[in-house]
Parts: sequence; C-alpha cells; structure tokens
Amino acid sequence: MTTRVSPSEFILRTPAIGPAIALVVAVVVFGLTTDTFFNVDNLSLVVQQSLVIGTLALGQTLVILTAGIDLANAAIAVLSTLLIAKLTINGTDAPIALVVGIVAAALIGAVTGGLVTGLRLPPFIVTLGLLTIVTAASRLYAQGQSFPVTDPTLGWLGTTQYLFGQIEVTYGMAVMLAMFVGLWYALTKTAWGKHVYAVGNDPEAARLSGIHVRRTVLSVYVVAGLCYGIAAWQALGRVPNADPNAFQLGNLDSITAVVIGGTSLFGGRGSVLGTLVGALIVAVLRSGLTQAGIDNLYQDVATGALVIAAVAVDRFSRGRQR
Amino acid sequence: MTPVLEAHGLVKRYGRVTAMDGADFELSAGEVLAVVGDNGAGKSTLIKALSGAVVPDAGQILVEGKPVRFHGPLDARRYGIETVYQDLALAPALDIATNLFLGRERRRSGPLGALFRRLDAKGMRRDARRVLDELGIDVKSMTQLVETLSGGQRQAVAVARAAAFGSRVVIMDEPTAALGVQESGRVLELIDRIRDRGLPVVLISHNMPHVFEIADRVHVHRLGKRVAVVSPKTHSMNAVVGLLTGALRMGDDGTIEEVGLTTGLGRS
Repeated sequence: MTTRVSPSEFILRTPAIGPAIALVVAVVVFGLTTDTFFNVDNLSLVVQQSLVIGTLALGQTLVILTAGIDLANAAIAVLSTLLIAKLTINGTDAPIALVVGIVAAALIGAVTGGLVTGLRLPPFIVTLGLLTIVTAASRLYAQGQSFPVTDPTLGWLGTTQYLFGQIEVTYGMAVMLAMFVGLWYALTKTAWGKHVYAVGNDPEAARLSGIHVRRTVLSVYVVAGLCYGIAAWQALGRVPNADPNAFQLGNLDSITAVVIGGTSLFGGRGSVLGTLVGALIVAVLRSGLTQAGIDNLYQDVATGALVIAAVAVDRFSRGRQR
Repeated sequence: MTPVLEAHGLVKRYGRVTAMDGADFELSAGEVLAVVGDNGAGKSTLIKALSGAVVPDAGQILVEGKPVRFHGPLDARRYGIETVYQDLALAPALDIATNLFLGRERRRSGPLGALFRRLDAKGMRRDARRVLDELGIDVKSMTQLVETLSGGQRQAVAVARAAAFGSRVVIMDEPTAALGVQESGRVLELIDRIRDRGLPVVLISHNMPHVFEIADRVHVHRLGKRVAVVSPKTHSMNAVVGLLTGALRMGDDGTIEEVGLTTGLGRS
C-alpha cells in the first residue's frame, strides 16, 4: 500500500532527511576545498572515528526518544572498558571479561531505568548523579593507572580488512551497522518500538492506551546500557588501552550526534538513522576542518553552533503542534 | 431486560471531599445515555469508576447483571468497555493506524511474528481503514500522522478506536467540547452510527442541545449522585437544567416539582 504524502509531511515523518542533506553538503564542500578529504583512507578514518560516539549515541537515541537524557553513558562505557581490561589482565578469559563488561553496562542501565521509573525521578538528575558516581568508581577501580589490552578478542573490532583491495573497513563498522539495523527494526517494526515513541510523545496517552509505560522506559535504559557496553568494546578496538580519563565529553558528544540527527529532545520523534548521520556529520566536520587547517577550538565552536541550530530547527518545525 | 452496565451506591472520597455519594447508574442495550451535571457534580468520577480509572470506596458495578471489580482501565476494557477520554489519549507523532492499535498491536503470523515480533502493519492499516470507512470518517490515508489532523478528525480517530474495540459499551467524555459547530455535528453523527451498530454509548456532555439531539435518556447527576433519569421526548431542556441546578426535583412518582415552593411550605 503506497500512499502519497505532502512534502511537509514527508519531512515531519522523516526527520533524518535534513541531517542527511547536511552530511552530503559537508562531504562535498570539504571534498572540493581540500585535497585530502576525498581520499579513500581519509573517509574510512572518518567513519572509524565516529564509531565509539556513534554507538553511545544509538543508546542515547533510545533514551531521548522517551523524553529522557543520559549524561552517564560515556562514563558507563569507560567503567566497562576498565572492567574488561583489568579482568583480562588478572587472568579471566577475554571473551568472558568482555561479556561481564557489557552485562555490567546493561545492569547500570537497569539501575538508571529503575530510579527513573520506580522513584519517578527526572532522568537528567539520575544520570547526573550516576555520572559522578560511575566516574569516581572508575578512578577508584583504576587507581591512577590505565590498562593496555593485547588480547585479539578485545581488539577485534579494530581489525581492518580491505574491500576491493583499497577500502579500509573494520569489524567495528560492521558491528555498528548491525546495531543500527537491529535498533531500526525494533523501533519501527515491533510493538515495543511503537510504545517507545508513544511513551516519549505523551506518557499519559500511552498509559490510557494500555501501554505499560514504566516497563517500556525501563527496557529502554537496559538496551541503552547494552549499547554503552558495546561502545566500550568499540573503544578498545580503536585504542587498545582502558583509560579512566577517556571520553570525558562522550556524553555530550553523543547528545550532539542525536540532536544533529534530528531527534527531538522533547521525546517521541526521531530515528536511529538520524543519529547515525549525526555522528557522521560531527566526524566529517572535525576531519574536514582539521584538513582545512582550522584550529580544534573553532571546530568546537562549529559543532556547538550546529547543535543549537538543530534544536532550533526542531523547535520551530513543530511550533504549530506544541 | 438486564442493563448492559449498571452501578449501585458508588462512593468515592478524596480526603474530606466526597466526589460520589451513593451514585446509581444504569445503561440499557442499544441506547445513547447522556450524563449531565454541573461542574463538580461528580460525573467525571462516576465515569472514571465505570471505565476503571478510579476504584470506588464502596458500591457495586455490574456488567450484564454480573458484579465486577475494575482495578484499572485494562480491566474495564477486558469487559468490552472502551472510553474516549476528553484529551483523546492519542500519540500525535504516530500515524492513524498505529494510534488505532496502540497498546494492542497485532503481530504477523508465522515465525516472523513469533520470533522477530514483526507487526502486521499492512493488516492493521487495512482494518483501520475498514473501521473508519464503516463509521464514515473521512481521512486520506491511514499513515497520516495524527498531528496533521484537525481537531474533529482526531476526535473521530479516538471514537473509532473505542468503537472498533468496544464490544459492550463506549463511554465518551465531552467529545464535542473542543470542536466547532460543523465538527460537533459530525461527531454526533458518529455517535448515531455507533448506536446503529448496536453498541450503547454513554455520553458525558455540558452541551444541552447536543444532548437533546442525540440522547435516548438523560441521567442527571447532582452532588455526587443521580437525581433523575428523564427522556428528552417527554422533558424539556429547562426541566433538565432545573434538575441539575437543584431548582427542580423529581419526586418518587416521576413528577417534577419546584424545590423553592415545597421548601417554602416548610417541608425542610
């Protein structure tokens, strides 16, 4: 059943379309203005650089769709990397350590969700508290050290392969793609996904429609926690060293990717496709501006401006409905 | 004939406020029963008790003569009682078909549905279309987002959802309150069509002309209880307004008398 929709409605229901156009424009502009950007190796590097934040952002997308926010996601992933690395160094089999690290991240997600739904606390406050606690826990656990990992299982996501003999790809890219497809399917093709959107859109309407609101929100934080655990694995694939001081701005970077990707901070609108595009936009911007010889701090300014612009677009495009 | 839905002596207190004070209620098969009352008369609390959103402190609710206990809206739904809430309970960012089936989505048959929990989106769209067509609701596409609909269309979608899943009773809380004249007319037609399908409707409304246009009987609520049930055919709008403000009273023999006169003669 195909039905025609008006252009304005198409944009309303495909919030990733604007960011996707922005991504294409950015790639073309950088490709034309610098000599090195269109290089295949560079493009591959751009994608690799977006993997950790992109994976964190996939989890963040779920949380934001329920009108929540997760400030602790990167801290959880860092704790997870430390757990995996230290366990392995102390003699645990790497695959087991990996599973423990990912499950631990999901458990912290369950705690977040439990506090949000059980005590009805605002997610901002809960995750702000957890950010502090988890960061402190990481530092206590690491005791001022970082932990290099050598096990191939832990670094597996950073393994490179060459497609057609020239395009460098990593298993991390494949995992991120698989996660994206899985979440896209869950959000758009299952009842759970519809409930996530409905809960973020209007929790009272969702309740009256017979949706178990609290159960849905709790499940979102658990799945998001799983994403953060996998982000930890991605991080070890990029840099085989678990460092308690890594990804200190990862939480904000992930929110940036989600917001630039067109997902509304008010909840109930957005997509994981947008987030994927948003993560790529940030990476493209950073890479392109670096190659254009522009200072890091100006890159931050550009990214910040983009976030504000994205939220403003979201706000005004829904001005009539809200 | 046994009433489809009835209640006896319902009481609900919120602290020192008594919202329901021994309220009775009776809905017969195939009728449109309007519930009218002044602000604060307790008609919302009555309706919430009947739809499971409020658990009464005392009294009894019966569905087709059998006593029931509702602990939540889902319990009432299980008995085929559907409610259209005043704020509609729709998710604006989702499309019509999704809203119609929200909370009771249907999965595909076979492994795709059982294992991968894949929704039967096509089937749900088709059924949504059928329900809306049956009720004469005019919308372009089932994939239209609810936020792109007019107030009247949204109301119609909410009513269609109740009509589609309600097998015994449809309760509507102020369905025309937020609508213009023309859209209100459409909603009244919709109520008419639901009655034609054999489904009784409980209509809570402030709008006397609407009540008199559509209702078979009028339940008048005052100070937390039912004070009268009248027929729009035999009683005037003025009589109903008098009853709900307390200026008039219905005697045991069904005659209506002026309260001022009788009290003036020293009965109280």
